[in-house]
Amino acid sequence: MATNTIARRSFAETGPRTPVVDSVRVDQVTPGARRGTAVRLILAILIAFLMLIPVIWMAMTAFKSRPDATASPPKVIFTPSLDGFIGLFTNRTQLSAGALAAELKRPDLSFWDRQALARGMRIIGPSKFVQQIQNSLIIALISTLLAVTLGLLSAYAFSRYDIPGKGDWLFFILSTRMLPPVVVTIPIFLMYRAVGLYDTHIGMILLYTVFNLSFSVWLLKGFIDEIPIEYEEAALVDGYSRLQTFRKIVLPQCVTGIAATAVFCLIFAWNEYAFALMLTSERARTAPPAIPANLGVGGIEWHVIAAGSLLFLIPVVIVTFALRRYLLRGVTFGAIRQ
Amino acid sequence: MDQPLQSASRLPRGYRRQISDSTIQRLFIMPTLVLLILWNVFPLFYSLFLSFTRYSHSGKQPPVWIGTGNFDALLGDPSIWAAFAVTGRYALLSVSLQAVIGFGLALLLRAKFKASGLLTTLILIPMMLSPVIVGMFWRLIFNPLMGIFNYMLGYWDPTTAPVWLKDHALLSIVIVDVWMWSPFVMLLCLSGLKAIPDYIYEAAAIDRASSWRQFWRITLPQVAPLLLLAVLFRTIEALKAFDLVMGLTGGGPGNTTETVSVALYRMVFQGQARTGSASALAYVMLIVIVGVSNVYIWYLNRMKEA
Repeated sequence: MATNTIARRSFAETGPRTPVVDSVRVDQVTPGARRGTAVRLILAILIAFLMLIPVIWMAMTAFKSRPDATASPPKVIFTPSLDGFIGLFTNRTQLSAGALAAELKRPDLSFWDRQALARGMRIIGPSKFVQQIQNSLIIALISTLLAVTLGLLSAYAFSRYDIPGKGDWLFFILSTRMLPPVVVTIPIFLMYRAVGLYDTHIGMILLYTVFNLSFSVWLLKGFIDEIPIEYEEAALVDGYSRLQTFRKIVLPQCVTGIAATAVFCLIFAWNEYAFALMLTSERARTAPPAIPANLGVGGIEWHVIAAGSLLFLIPVVIVTFALRRYLLRGVTFGAIRQ
Repeated sequence: MDQPLQSASRLPRGYRRQISDSTIQRLFIMPTLVLLILWNVFPLFYSLFLSFTRYSHSGKQPPVWIGTGNFDALLGDPSIWAAFAVTGRYALLSVSLQAVIGFGLALLLRAKFKASGLLTTLILIPMMLSPVIVGMFWRLIFNPLMGIFNYMLGYWDPTTAPVWLKDHALLSIVIVDVWMWSPFVMLLCLSGLKAIPDYIYEAAAIDRASSWRQFWRITLPQVAPLLLLAVLFRTIEALKAFDLVMGLTGGGPGNTTETVSVALYRMVFQGQARTGSASALAYVMLIVIVGVSNVYIWYLNRMKEA
């Protein structure tokens, strides 16, 4: 029972002069404490499962057929179907029996066409959802790029220079993030309508850039603060210019910080709802306000909504795993580091 | 004359076109400040002006100055008071539940055991998701006929089971909010717990302090700053509540779950577009939130220095 002793190595092995550095507290290796750990593990697994039930349920509903999705009582076991995804990506028309038979004989049918025909429908084109996801992607990616670039520059300046009123400026930058979107939307809506930015990609990109800028400045400043200034001083002494130091010393050192910031900005822009709801209508509409809007059309098609929501949430779930080391930093604007 | 120097010391290219430090400062900071001022400060002044006018953006008339008329009308409007009451109840209920549950989860996950890191990340997933999408999907989960919520609670007969979104609409929002954001409180508390040095507990164990006493005298005081920070942040977010409410109930049934943000949205973008009064309401809301936010930012700054 080696683990039940206080020191892992015996006194005879180490001798009197060697300090015991590797110790285990006696009260934490008793049978009671071990049972405690086992209970913790089981409880944690249960809670994690409970927390994920809505997400799991969404994934299941996405692969149900329409009757299965709205069955009462809800079905846990069902035959998987792609109805939801077909409904999500395509517009279809109902075919008569004769037209259906003729359609089935066509040689150029794709897998999706066959799936739709099996339900008596013909695909007539892509649905709006395709465009909305595209809008979400374009707006989130470009605004993230801008927010991180501008944020990096300001963060560097705030981190390395003695700017008069620095604390106040940083306070101001963060306070803009605390504004409720609904409050600033009214004037921005009027502004956008006046200058023709309402319902445009560029308008949304600029808005999300500003929305994320305060966050990216604060987070990146934290990362740059951690880089020892001595590297830059050495480079400056060696004759590098400030810009060269920035590019060749600072940038490579905070690549992970930049990546983490970028991913956070991406998630914020990807999930943003209030601005998108009030400042877009058709052309630039992103997925978050669009998916609930499908609710009203021709009865609630829960399997379609689940399919759309699932596709929308999966990237975020994956990214959460990639970000897990930086989550704490991200949610506290870089104030707390692990 | 600087020819030999150049070759001897291998100066990097571009050495002589150095920009002064003050230029760099301005170049680096200006774009950010200009964007923030154009998109945040200017709109705020604009809506301050609008809040003193009678104006509807759907009409053709320009804003008409009416002094404090909008604010007077708002203060006398019971539905606005109701919206503030709903927001307050919701914030109080969901933030206190999150604090308790989040802290409890952190206590559970503080010790390292097999797969604890993976489980922590799994529990954190809900808070990263889009609130409106999540809220909308919870409508299916709460549905008395085809949702799983009632069945999981043990109500097997849909005719007698509670209809959550109708009878307990605000409570339903609280449930979803607690599901989403308890992990946030947990995350902050976990970092607080991990920072407590082991020797304090060892000393307490040697002094024969009971584990109950250790919890009250060591764990709680040491985690308190971070727990408070989490509560502060969640309070601000709860006061702004919009996405989740829109996804889940849209403010209904009637206006039983109409938070201030939702009321504001309905005022401007639904019905008669009372842009002027909405701006006034926005300012009332802003004052409340700025008050709480300043405490938060001040706190963050202090933590950063520590």
